[in-house]
Amino acid sequence: MIKENLFGKTKEELQAIALELGLPKFNGSQWAEWMYKNNADSLEDMHNVSKKAKALIAEKYTIEKSKFSSVQESVDGTKKYLFHIRGEHFIEAAYIPDKDRATLCVSSQVGCKMGCLFCMTGKQGFQVNLSTGEILNQIYSLPEFDKLTNVVYMGMGEPFDNLNHVLKSIEILTADYGMAWSSKRITVSTIGIIPGMKTFLDKSKAHLAISLHSPFEEERKKIMPIENVFRLPQLINEIKSFEFGRQRRVSFEYIMFKDFNDTKKHVDQIARILNGINCRINLIRFHPIPGTPLLGSDEATIIKFQNELKKKGIVTTLRASRGEDIYAACGLLSTKELIKRKEEEDF
Amino acid sequence: MHQSDKHSLGDIELFPVSITKKEYLGEDAYVLYFKKTFDFTPGQIIAISMTKDEPPRLYSISSSPKENEIAILFKVNHSGFLTPRLANLNKNDQMMVSKAFGSFYGTKNADYWIAAGTGIAPFISMQKFDLARNKTLIHGGREENSFYFSNLFQNTDGLKYIPCSSIMDKPPFYKGRLTEYLKNEDIDVNKSFFVCGKSEMVVQVRDILINRGVDYDQIIAEIYF
Repeated sequence: MIKENLFGKTKEELQAIALELGLPKFNGSQWAEWMYKNNADSLEDMHNVSKKAKALIAEKYTIEKSKFSSVQESVDGTKKYLFHIRGEHFIEAAYIPDKDRATLCVSSQVGCKMGCLFCMTGKQGFQVNLSTGEILNQIYSLPEFDKLTNVVYMGMGEPFDNLNHVLKSIEILTADYGMAWSSKRITVSTIGIIPGMKTFLDKSKAHLAISLHSPFEEERKKIMPIENVFRLPQLINEIKSFEFGRQRRVSFEYIMFKDFNDTKKHVDQIARILNGINCRINLIRFHPIPGTPLLGSDEATIIKFQNELKKKGIVTTLRASRGEDIYAACGLLSTKELIKRKEEEDF
Repeated sequence: MHQSDKHSLGDIELFPVSITKKEYLGEDAYVLYFKKTFDFTPGQIIAISMTKDEPPRLYSISSSPKENEIAILFKVNHSGFLTPRLANLNKNDQMMVSKAFGSFYGTKNADYWIAAGTGIAPFISMQKFDLARNKTLIHGGREENSFYFSNLFQNTDGLKYIPCSSIMDKPPFYKGRLTEYLKNEDIDVNKSFFVCGKSEMVVQVRDILINRGVDYDQIIAEIYF
């Protein structure tokens, strides 16, 4: 019999399992604290759980976390961890230390359905959604776990296409029974799955990042097929209708593509559509992926673009490129592994 | 909290409709019909769920705006959340739908249409709305009955229909996957290419087209999310 993994279940789910096993409900709360607060790796680590209870649990359940299968380290300290999932898939998590912060970029899916023209992960197509445990495992099994200050859901996959597991993982990160992190330490990035975004905004307090990449609908459609489904004006309207409050941040990610989205016309339109939204823009340098027709804007254009946006009163940051020497851009490493494996299969 | 607390997909509410007809196409593929109560443009999609409390899924409309019923083509994914239940629906049963949205619109130009599996759905709608003239439809499938609505396309004046299958070795099939057709056969790289299907197929097709010299501006993709 395949045993079900307890790691990744919320306190409420664990309490239900306790009751199902004929144990007191509070046992579920104990297990949650052992796994998520104390990072217990097995039932044996749960010292205040009785032997009898452990035996009952072990009949049907297990606690399983998996170690990364490989790691690459950049000269700038960025580390790219590769995890094997369910024996046949690969996901990536990027650890990015920076002065007083240490951020982990986690994946939410193996592959991605969104097919953005500039994305390496999209070239894998979609394989599977990660479970809550598989999302959390990237965090809990990290050698630098104790140093982490922030988590961003910006790795492989579209988080709002796997909303329930992403929300449950955020619950465990922020709950008293879990890591008890402030929601302000967590950012979830989306390309604009509007229904999922609305649910996320209502059910979580974590920050939101939106992949904008063009302020023009027709132009955005050329590089992001999602625009054919959830249109930019509707997305912006939804953001404008939500009361973010003072603690919660919405930001827009903007990859700079040469001669595509880096002109004064784009600055003006960004200012127009974001008018009334208290937000920031993160400009990102583009490092071409194999086979893409897009090129990155040059440094002078990027700086000029940033300054023009600032003049419009928009808080604009330029994200430092990290881990370039280890293919830290999302999807590159795992796609290489996938291709390698497929080539091996073909022979 | 959102100022609007209605259960909706974006600004679009879900509402109940009754099934008027169910058609089985073979190979676990079905078409469900319900009475048209809203307007749409060929290429648009709707959200569908069984109840208002569960997350909807998106489907392209396969009927024409000129028809009185709206049709949805789907294939059962046996481990899926919605399609096994959709397949069990019968006449007069209810499901929840949204109004139409999306902007994968057809044109009257001499474009290429490229589809695999149920990705053919928006092109059925476009064909029925008289947008098929001057088009080249490259349709990927496997067995003969996986080329949904192939009769419709084979009998369309002005449409060049190219069914591609790696296992079918008789006319009118091109023997090979649609990706092989796009790699090896003559295509007019100056035309627009409308592509619909799963992400793997769309991404592969896009890479091939770009590699053959098609400007990415000219590739319009609808991915089944």
